[in-house]
This record gives sequence, C-alpha cells and structure tokens, in this order.
Amino acid sequence: MKTPSIGALALGIVPFVAMCFTVALWDRVQPLVLGLPFNLFWLILWILLTPCCLWGAYRLDSTADRNSSHDG
Amino acid sequence: MSPAATALTVIIAIVAIGTMVGFLSGSRERMDLEQWTVGGRGFGTVLVFLLMAGEIYTTFAFLGVSGWAYSRGGPVLYVLAYLSLAYAASFFFLPQLWEAGRKHRMQTQPDFFNARYGDRYLAGFVCIVGILAFIPYLQLQLDGVGIIVSVASFGHFGRVPAMAVATCLVIAFVFANGIRAVAWVSVVKDFLMIVAAVAIGVGIPLAHFGGIGAMFAALAHARPQHLVMPGATTDLGHSWYISTVLLTALGFYMWPHTFSAAFTAKSADTLRRNAIVMPLYTLTLALVFFAGFATVLILPHVQNGDLALLTVVRHTFPAWFLGVIGGAGALTAMVPAAILILTAATLFAKNLYRPIFAPAMSDDGVARLARAMVVVLGGTSLALAIHGSSTLVSLLLTGYAMVTQCFPGVVLGLYWQRASAAGVFTGMLAGVLTAVLLMSMHLDPLFGLNAGFIALCVNFTVALAASLAIPARTSAAARHFT
Repeated sequence: MKTPSIGALALGIVPFVAMCFTVALWDRVQPLVLGLPFNLFWLILWILLTPCCLWGAYRLDSTADRNSSHDG
Repeated sequence: MSPAATALTVIIAIVAIGTMVGFLSGSRERMDLEQWTVGGRGFGTVLVFLLMAGEIYTTFAFLGVSGWAYSRGGPVLYVLAYLSLAYAASFFFLPQLWEAGRKHRMQTQPDFFNARYGDRYLAGFVCIVGILAFIPYLQLQLDGVGIIVSVASFGHFGRVPAMAVATCLVIAFVFANGIRAVAWVSVVKDFLMIVAAVAIGVGIPLAHFGGIGAMFAALAHARPQHLVMPGATTDLGHSWYISTVLLTALGFYMWPHTFSAAFTAKSADTLRRNAIVMPLYTLTLALVFFAGFATVLILPHVQNGDLALLTVVRHTFPAWFLGVIGGAGALTAMVPAAILILTAATLFAKNLYRPIFAPAMSDDGVARLARAMVVVLGGTSLALAIHGSSTLVSLLLTGYAMVTQCFPGVVLGLYWQRASAAGVFTGMLAGVLTAVLLMSMHLDPLFGLNAGFIALCVNFTVALAASLAIPARTSAAARHFT
C-alpha cells in the first residue's frame, strides 16, 4: 500500500492552515476584495488554491514511485 | 390562476416529470459522482462541470446554507471551508481505504471494521451509529420539502401534509427499485439547480442593489458584524468554526453511503485525482451565500431563517419561477432521501440484524426485513420532522457529531497496526455517548467548541489509550491487513 510521503502530507496540511486554523487572521469584512467581504474572498481564493496543493502532493508521490503501476 | 396555484402547479409538474423520467428510463448503470468526473467524458467538460456543480446543491446547501447566512451570518462560512478540506483529507486516506477494500472484498463500512478488527459487534455498532446519524439527515430532506411547499403555496398548504406526501413518494421510489433510475432524476435536478442558483445568486442582488459588490458594500455599511463570526449568534466564534470545520471535513466520507462509494472507484489513483478536482465544484456554492446575505437587507423580518431564500425568491421573481425553483428543490430533497433510506435499511438488515441476531436468515428474509425498515425509518424521520424545530444546518451538524465518531477507527485501522478492536470500540462508545450527552443537555457549543468535535477528541484519546492498554488478540490479522 502506498503511504503518503512527508512532503505530500505537508502540502495537504496547507489548505487546513489557510482555511481553518488561521481564521482569526482573515475573518474581517474590510477590505472588500472584488466586491466581496475579505473572509468570503479568502475562502473562495483557497477553494481555487486547494487543488493546486493537492496536485503538488500528487506529483510528489507519483514521481516518488514512478516504477509502480502507472494508470494516468 | 393565483400565484400560489401557479407555483404549486409548476412544482407538481416538475416532481411528476422527474419521477417519470426516473421510473421510465430503467437505466441499468449507476451514475455516481465518480462516473460523472471520470466516465462522463462523452458529456463534454462544460456540461460535466454544470452537473457536478448542481450535485453540490443539496437541500442543505440550498435552503440550509442560505438560511444560516440570513439568520446566523458569519458562522455559515464554515460550509465553504469544510467541503474543500473534506476532499483534501480524503486524498490521504481514501486511496488506502480503496486498496484495503480491494484486498478484502469490502462493500460497506461495517465490512471494513469486520475485516480490520475481526469483531462483528464492533461492525454492528458502526451500523447503529450510521443509522442514527442518517435520521437527522433524512429529517433535513423532509423538512426541506415541507418548507418549499409551504412557501410556494403562500402558507395555504401545510408543511405536515407536504412532508407526508414526500415521505410516501420516497418510499415508493425505493419499493419500485427506482434507486438506479433515480440517477436520471439527478440529471434533471442538477441542471435545474445550477440554473436556479445562478438566477438567485446573481439575480437577487442585481434586482435589489444593482450588483453583488453593491449588495456587500451596503451590508458592510449597515450590518458589518453580521458578516464576520460570531455574526448574529453569541457562541459561534472562531473556536467553534475551527472545531466544526475539522469535525465535518473528517466526517464527510464517514457516512455509510459516501464511504462505500469509495470502494466502487476504478482505482486508488482515480480517487486521488477526484480529490484534486472536487473542491472546484464547491465554488458555485458562493451563490447561495450571496442570496442569503442579500435577504438580510431586503426582508429583515423572516421568522424562520430556512424560509429566507424562498421568501426572497417569491418577493423578487414571478410565481412560475418560484415553482421551478421549488420543484428542483423538492427533487433535490427526495433523491438523497431515497438513497439514505435504502442504505440505512440495508445496513440494518444485512450488516446488523443478520450477523448478530439471525445468522441463518435467508437473503429473502433480509430483503423483507430491509423493506420493513424502509417504512420504519421513513415514519421515524417524518415524526421527527413534524415535531422538530432545528434549523437545517443544525440537523446536519447533529448527524456529523454521530457519524464522525467512525473516523478514528478508520484512520487508526489504516495507519496504526496496534489499533485494537477493544480500543476502537471503547473509543467510539465514549465518543458517541459524549456527543449524545452534550447535545441532549444543550451544551453545544461547549467552551466555544463544537460538541461533536469534543466527542471526537474523547474518542481518539480513549481509542489510543485503550489500544495501548489492551493489545489486539488478532495482531497477525492487523499486520496482514494493509
């Protein structure tokens, strides 16, 4: 069974830090960005960035065992 | 025709057409989420995106989230975070679960506990927790139908008869073996929902404020405290947000039906790639936030927040459009209700009753028992929906407080060889009891933390300590598990 590497896990933690643990830092109305309250803007931004983090984790682990079955 | 009659006629027509499509299509293939993303190449990217985005629009998302945006404000933001994070978390355990499932031929959640821990009582307990968690989830769907019909009829038609009719229809769906066909109902409903969401999320701020930006500028000026936590509440602050996001993100794949869906994926890699893309589909969910927040200024005196969205739709759009949205919403409630009720009834008969009480029971007997359970569960949820007064979001959070208690057993089972049946069992029992106790004593949130999350911490701690104290007898089985 493939176990995720430390690097991949670290990338997976990033969205949790950004969208969950740091809430006190970004839960504000001002500044309005693109017409949205800052907290709403921040979460939408991270919905877009979460796939990037996961894609990075995916690439890290698929290069790590490229010799295993490859069904891309 | 009066506006109420127009709206109700359109709703009934949509539900009838959707039901007919379902029964007549007789599709032999199951159309699940995974097939949309992976197998749905023939649909074209744009259409697949629209359908997937429509799939995110459950009763909870549509009425519940807009309702909390209206009545609670800032705390509702947890919904935007938890879905993305649920997929991020799944990236790290669903592929492993799939591998274990293939190796041990698992189909259901109790199968996993049986294979990993070799304890049919633990597996039975997992069934009970799953079924208990399903009940508020089912209640949520029925409440949704009741809300739709009562708003669309301008209060002429009661919630209770509407919910009773919906329950009968759902039971009929299930008895007619319509579950496979229900997938085609989903296509109709997903498409209507995404159209409705755009119309509402963009149309309502546009009609009343001239745009989304202008709406938020007005709200930020008039009620800035509504847009941040704790919003209109006193106790749903940042610690509640963090604990609730963690509870729900980790619990997302612990529902018996989402858990077993993971086993049907083509490969572990499919699950990884799905997890990468899935967060993008939650983007359109922002539209219901726009509508809910806009209603705060447009109609400040709606008594029940869950009615806010439909009330503002009724206020803004013509009656036939209220009917379209109500019809799509009713289908959106009934499709998952049918899936939930069938999963729960099958779990009860096949994974709880037969293995523990009647090992000799025939497959026919199991099927009869499952059918009886469909009626029992439908009736129970209907009774709870009639008497309950929780908001839709609170109902789902109650379900999560229960269902996430399966998470430690799954993750420790996959990643920690020493996790023992006794340890996981005591942990889960402690977690479930903590959750039930805190919620029944109205101690949710407690110390600013979500009660389900406190229960999850208790669960983890007890499971770890008890696994260390009472080593597994079947450590060889655990070693060969993964």
